[in-house]
Amino acid sequence: MTLDQTKPGQTFLIRSIDDPRARLAAIRFGIAEGSRAACQTVLPGGPVVVRKGKQEMALGRSLAHRITVELVEG
Amino acid sequence: MAQAHCHGPNPSVDLPQQATKVVLVGNPNVGKSAVFHALTGIYVEVSNYPGTTVDVSSGRMGDLGIYDTPGVYGVSSFNEEERVARAMILEADIVVNVVDAAHLNRDLFLTLQIIDMGFPVVVALNLMDEARVNGLAIDVERLSAELGVEVIPTVAVRGEGIAELKAAIKRARRGRPTPEVASRLPGDLPQVDGVLWLEDDPETCTRIGREGPGLQEEIYRARRRRADEIAERVISETTAGASLSARLGRLALHPLGGLVLMAAFLLVMYQVLGVWVAQDVVAVTEEIWMGEYYVPWMTDLVGRFIPVESFLGQILVGEFGLLTMTVAYLVGLLLPLVLGFYLFLALAEDSGYLPRVAVLVDRLMTVVGLNGRAIIPTILGFGCVTMATVTTRLMGTQRERTIATFLLSLAIPCSAQLAVITVMLVPLGPAYLFTFIGVLLLVYGAAGAVLNRILPGESSDLLIDLPPLRLPRMKNVLQKTFLKARSFLAEAWIFFVVGALLISILDQTGALAAMSGALAPITEGWLGLPRDAAQAFIMGFVRRDFGAAGLFNMALDAHQTMVAVLTITLFTPCIASIMIMFKERGKGQGAAIWLADIVLAILLGGLFHRILVW
Repeated sequence: MTLDQTKPGQTFLIRSIDDPRARLAAIRFGIAEGSRAACQTVLPGGPVVVRKGKQEMALGRSLAHRITVELVEG
Repeated sequence: MAQAHCHGPNPSVDLPQQATKVVLVGNPNVGKSAVFHALTGIYVEVSNYPGTTVDVSSGRMGDLGIYDTPGVYGVSSFNEEERVARAMILEADIVVNVVDAAHLNRDLFLTLQIIDMGFPVVVALNLMDEARVNGLAIDVERLSAELGVEVIPTVAVRGEGIAELKAAIKRARRGRPTPEVASRLPGDLPQVDGVLWLEDDPETCTRIGREGPGLQEEIYRARRRRADEIAERVISETTAGASLSARLGRLALHPLGGLVLMAAFLLVMYQVLGVWVAQDVVAVTEEIWMGEYYVPWMTDLVGRFIPVESFLGQILVGEFGLLTMTVAYLVGLLLPLVLGFYLFLALAEDSGYLPRVAVLVDRLMTVVGLNGRAIIPTILGFGCVTMATVTTRLMGTQRERTIATFLLSLAIPCSAQLAVITVMLVPLGPAYLFTFIGVLLLVYGAAGAVLNRILPGESSDLLIDLPPLRLPRMKNVLQKTFLKARSFLAEAWIFFVVGALLISILDQTGALAAMSGALAPITEGWLGLPRDAAQAFIMGFVRRDFGAAGLFNMALDAHQTMVAVLTITLFTPCIASIMIMFKERGKGQGAAIWLADIVLAILLGGLFHRILVW
């Protein structure tokens, strides 16, 4: 599934990020392919807020749609 | 640097060229400026939002030169701040890497990059208090061993750990590089160049005349893996509970709660700025202090030496007098509102609320082909459109910069103009004010949507890191408000003076009446305004607020006020903005935007007049 389909509270592993520029930026923020993160909030039609540890970051909806994730047990 | 001309003084000390350069490097919002301040004792702005402090500060610690850089997540050239930071890091003799103890995992990427590049490094593990509140314990010795450099825990705003940090800077040493980087370094290049070349850094590749190996992503991944591993080993969670700040941060982004909170913030802002400052405070400063005391006193004073009715007398103390109207508007009207605006901006920045607003509005901004980050230039535009136009550099693509620049010049009134507009509209009642806001939003949305459709290419997506919500430190907020308001007025007054002078001369020579006559078909015929309104539009070329101020004195009915205020808002931005626009967007695009502003303003103003009549 893709990141924009996750629901608040779900934990997932990031499988792929289909955007070279965002991929590099995300690595520096702390999420890379293989990272484990959780969905914090989804704004209706808008960005997905993702949490990794104490850190939160927001990804625009269409970027979230290009990120493949795999749900795991929280 | 980038915003030098409009905002932010640049405390800078003269240092001999050969002095050892200590450069402070860190992610945004890690308290880097506070560390700088604690080390040097010179005051600098402490900002909370990535993208608002491209200014660079320098100071002195004994015989060492201390330099503060914009907050960045890595050494590269993704945007303006990164280019500034990168250039300063490459000049460093010693790097003090300030990291956020509560976000160690994220910050270690930059730490490892700096260490890989071979700089002597000391790590200031800042915000230790926040980490404790968040239930995090960090094994400092272990971290130091992993990195191979000294790690000093600090709480810079309270001065904790600063003495230890000062001592450690003198012992700074090179750390343990990431194996995947060290093993690939070409032997014939200096280490810094070698690392940047491995990462395909375009500038380095060009300078050394060698094509990059295409390893950027691989190196980044290796570093991220190592950062995660180190963080795993040194951090332990003592409690699982979320802090109040984290809970509030979550509320600020809740689909419903977030909107309620934002509405509350805007309502408080309206009450304070629109009602209290614009009416009660201005009634005292403008009408009483200026109108009843200062202006008559000055007119009387000048009248003792020169006849008030003479040419010079009119220029000094006449209707557009340099010593009367100009001063009264600047001090009585603008100053209180500009101070109030920057106070709210500083609060939103320093509390970390601004990035959350970016997330909330992202969905809406995509309609005009921008992402949520564009809210920063937009909000800044309500302060100073000139400064905001410069900050459009933080946007991902040229396409977005074009759209943002156009929308700023068309539909965002700056604080100076807002001051006059608020004073004109508020007495007419809330219905007029909300109509004005509604029409502006409509124009903003429609113009943006059209550009989004016709401009080629695609806009970039929102991808931002959210700093924790913090209680802003009042001392910083007030100091920042004061500094920004001061530099705003320092920049604005000259345009006011030139504008007043110009209009006085045009008025005295009869040119103004002639021009007003020539433009009558537009002002009277199309816009339904008195003939004199042309004066205000001519003044509007100098400064928008100056144009609005020209309308302020006219006897307009409610309907005319509405049309006039709307047209002057959409009309051309001030000369300073136009110059920056030409500089940032090039002559062709700059001219196109400028012309479009003027044509659209008159066109829409007239349409609006007809709709109101109907």
